[in-house]
Amino acid sequence: MATATAQPAKDEALLELQRRMLRQMLLVRRFEEKAAEAYALGKIGGFCHLYIGQEAVAAGSLAALRDDDYVICSYREHGQALVRGVPANAVMAELFGKATGCSRGKGGSMHLFDVSRRFMGGHAIVGGHIPLAAGLGFAIKYRGGDQVCLCYFGEAAVNIGVFHEALNMASVWKLPIIFCCENNRYGMGTAFERVAAVTDVVEHACSYDMAAELVNGMDAMAVYGATERAAERARKTGHPTLLEVRTYRFMGHSMSDPLHGVYRTKEEVEEQKKRDPISQLALKLKEEGALDGPALDALDAEVRAVVEAAVQFADQSPDPDLAELTSHVLVE
Amino acid sequence: MPTLTYRDALNQALREEMQRDPSVFLMGEEVGVYQGAYKVSRGLLEEFGPMRVVDTPIAELGFAGVGVGAAMAGLRPVIEFMTWNFAVLALDQIVNSAAKILYESGGQVPIPIVFRGPNGAALQLAAQHSQAWESWLAHIPGLKVVAPATPADAKGLLKAAIRDDNPVIVLEGEMLYNTKGDVPEGEHVVPIGKADVKRAGTDVTLICHSKTVVPALKAAEQLQEQGVSAEVVDLRSLRPMDEETLVASVVKTNRCVVAEEGWPHCGIGAQVVDIIQREAFDSLDAPVLRVTQADVPMPYNKQLERAAKPSPEKIVAAARRVCYLD
Repeated sequence: MATATAQPAKDEALLELQRRMLRQMLLVRRFEEKAAEAYALGKIGGFCHLYIGQEAVAAGSLAALRDDDYVICSYREHGQALVRGVPANAVMAELFGKATGCSRGKGGSMHLFDVSRRFMGGHAIVGGHIPLAAGLGFAIKYRGGDQVCLCYFGEAAVNIGVFHEALNMASVWKLPIIFCCENNRYGMGTAFERVAAVTDVVEHACSYDMAAELVNGMDAMAVYGATERAAERARKTGHPTLLEVRTYRFMGHSMSDPLHGVYRTKEEVEEQKKRDPISQLALKLKEEGALDGPALDALDAEVRAVVEAAVQFADQSPDPDLAELTSHVLVE
Repeated sequence: MPTLTYRDALNQALREEMQRDPSVFLMGEEVGVYQGAYKVSRGLLEEFGPMRVVDTPIAELGFAGVGVGAAMAGLRPVIEFMTWNFAVLALDQIVNSAAKILYESGGQVPIPIVFRGPNGAALQLAAQHSQAWESWLAHIPGLKVVAPATPADAKGLLKAAIRDDNPVIVLEGEMLYNTKGDVPEGEHVVPIGKADVKRAGTDVTLICHSKTVVPALKAAEQLQEQGVSAEVVDLRSLRPMDEETLVASVVKTNRCVVAEEGWPHCGIGAQVVDIIQREAFDSLDAPVLRVTQADVPMPYNKQLERAAKPSPEKIVAAARRVCYLD
């Protein structure tokens, strides 16, 4: 029977998807650990916001996208850039401020761009890129396309007025956007419940007559499923979706901040680490017989080598030429 | 050559550019069904439909950002603000998104967008509705800023702005919308960055832009009757600024007055004076004087408002002082 033969193939495709996501999440984890080291050594300057703990969100959601879809992010976007396929070399070189970086060393950690992958940037004013996502969605609709725009932001951006302006316009104009709120509980050092009257972000969708879903952000497959449903809705009906993806960052807000202390306890962080999305996915694959210890070790070794090479590439790359100071202010 | 109002010249520019390029669209409050708060977009919804003439909610920051996002995808949005007073709410998108994305992306993402609308005071609209924002906007690298004074310049500069691959701010004048002038038909594009000598003279240069061109020209007439030949230089473009033209004029006349609608502190005139002292220092026979709005929020009372605004009389008085006639 057709179903009898189709089922194992589907299962195998799902397992392959999960192995791919596991690799992406491991790559992000090892990359961010190296970025932390490089920051401590002074090789990365400015602000540097790490994604450790939240890897399942980028891996799960981006797996549901096509190459011609748009992606736009806040300033905590190393993970999304890597999962979207921006080479680790180009991302690390950008953090190092080098000419070979994905933004030619002029953007840095918070402004990673790769237009060839429709990766439309990291943006560093909280909430400021949410209407840009609406504009990308508007352009898709204007041209009659069936692409979607996936927009990531933190829960703290929900308190910004332009979040509400953008969701309203996206809904009233039926723009194909997935608003992906990565709720990691803290806006820098402020717990969301201390500053938000409505703490379930997903509830805001009803103000804008928008579809919404609450998602376990520590489960890459759950994120994948929810994003896939939202993408299908956007492609078929043009309607936007608000996803609230509950996650947790294991690091401080930026490299300048402590992991815990005045705003959250060490015990809380340790408790959350038991939900580590990478360990969970690896365990699941092991239980399903799709991955064994040596295979996981090999995967880890492979991504560590990629990251090590990226650090060497960034180290050896030249600084931008001084003439770059005045280029790209305007299109000449 | 047909005579058009400034309003209709802008309308013609929008219509012609939307006919010419399907990626151009107009978005803002009341631009469609209502035909524009100042009727600049009259007839465009009927001709181009609601996808290209888009009525927005009152959400300046939001729809300015939608415009920038659409420009990131390669469309050419024209974002209308009902007035620039309300656009202050949108400054984050203008300054942090539109002006910076090309640079911070290492040149990958141009933002071909126009932000336009009336700027400066009209009549008795009081403090929050009577402000000239050009020095705020012209301060920002990554933006171009133009401020046409005549119907012909309004058409030509708006067309140039729409065709430009960069964010361009077009500052219109509410009190200018009804002024009439000759406007070339069809392809009339005024290059951004070029000032225009609106009246030739030999004794003193009056540098102005947008709504102050009218009082400057009136002042020049009055000065002529007093035996002083004034040259009126309309900056037209505030960023980039045409240093060559204004310096050439001052080198010829040796005396200069700068008039603007904005406040004096850190105003456009301050930038003009910086250029003149640097590039025409040896030509100056007197310190440059400035005529600006009084350094106060705009009052409602008609007499107080008149006292606050630049006027032909104030420009004449300043010109006579730099000529050491008073």
